[in-house]
Amino acid sequence: MSKWVINENLCKGCGICIARCPLKILAFADHLTPKGVHPAAMTDEAKCTSCAICARSCPDVAIEIYKEEK
Amino acid sequence: MKKIFSRPESMSKKPFHYCPGCDHGVVHRLIAEVIDELEIKNRTIGVAPVGCSVFAYDYFDVDFNQAPHGRAPAVATGIKRVRPDSIVFTYQGDGDLAAIGTAEIIHAANRGENITAVFINNAIYGMTGGQMAPTSLIGMKTQTSPYGRDAATAGHPIHMSEMIATLESPVYVTRVTVNNPANLMKTKKALLNAFTLQKEGKGFSFVEVVSTCPTNWGKKPTDAHKWLTENMLPVFKLGTFKDTQGVEKS
Repeated sequence: MSKWVINENLCKGCGICIARCPLKILAFADHLTPKGVHPAAMTDEAKCTSCAICARSCPDVAIEIYKEEK
Repeated sequence: MKKIFSRPESMSKKPFHYCPGCDHGVVHRLIAEVIDELEIKNRTIGVAPVGCSVFAYDYFDVDFNQAPHGRAPAVATGIKRVRPDSIVFTYQGDGDLAAIGTAEIIHAANRGENITAVFINNAIYGMTGGQMAPTSLIGMKTQTSPYGRDAATAGHPIHMSEMIATLESPVYVTRVTVNNPANLMKTKKALLNAFTLQKEGKGFSFVEVVSTCPTNWGKKPTDAHKWLTENMLPVFKLGTFKDTQGVEKS
């Protein structure tokens, strides 16, 4: 299961999560959503620390964050 | 896998109609999280304003009412007096609260009604297409101030938090913003304080959130936050102007 889950139908491609990601591992996807925007996408999930800054910054609450349990 | 973050329970599944990058969504989410944390979902009643956030009733999974332009604090007063056990909040923009609704908010605050007012200040009228608001900055270009706001004819930006803090009755008046993750968490704390005070029956609380309007400012969402930090925060200084119960110290 993925740590970073986006609901592409909610994403409006504003890019705030991409700008705020401390590790800069988010980027716009190449494909378009039904809304006609390039949604945010994870480029390197292994690096993701599940800090949830992207999800908390998302104005459309489109991102869900999970963390591996130790 | 442990869930770290997802949509709060008090938020409906409906997608927001707000423009890309609009701070309304963030503040909606923070309010919904506070409602969840205080376990007041079943007795919360919101009052939506006129403006972009007029459809706020679609986005919260709590009872909602929608007031005529600027009258949300008056409607909230009625709801709270009829149902004193409910938690009542208004959610208003600057065109609603600081322009047409100035009388209502000042008098609701002065009466010390046990409600919470959330004031979204983005220095412009959003829904109607970017006209000058009472909170617009000096020199700010809008549809109705194409040469920039001129203090000689349009006056200076109105500081609602400072005005309300001069009154005797309000218990908590604060100004916060959501321009970066740290300030976002402070906004959540301020909303939590405000709703907690109301839950404890202490009185009127007012949370002003300095936010963006990327569309009508003509900026990219990420640039809008930068513009807010550089231009709005020097005019609308963050801070708590009144805290009679000392919630921020405890």
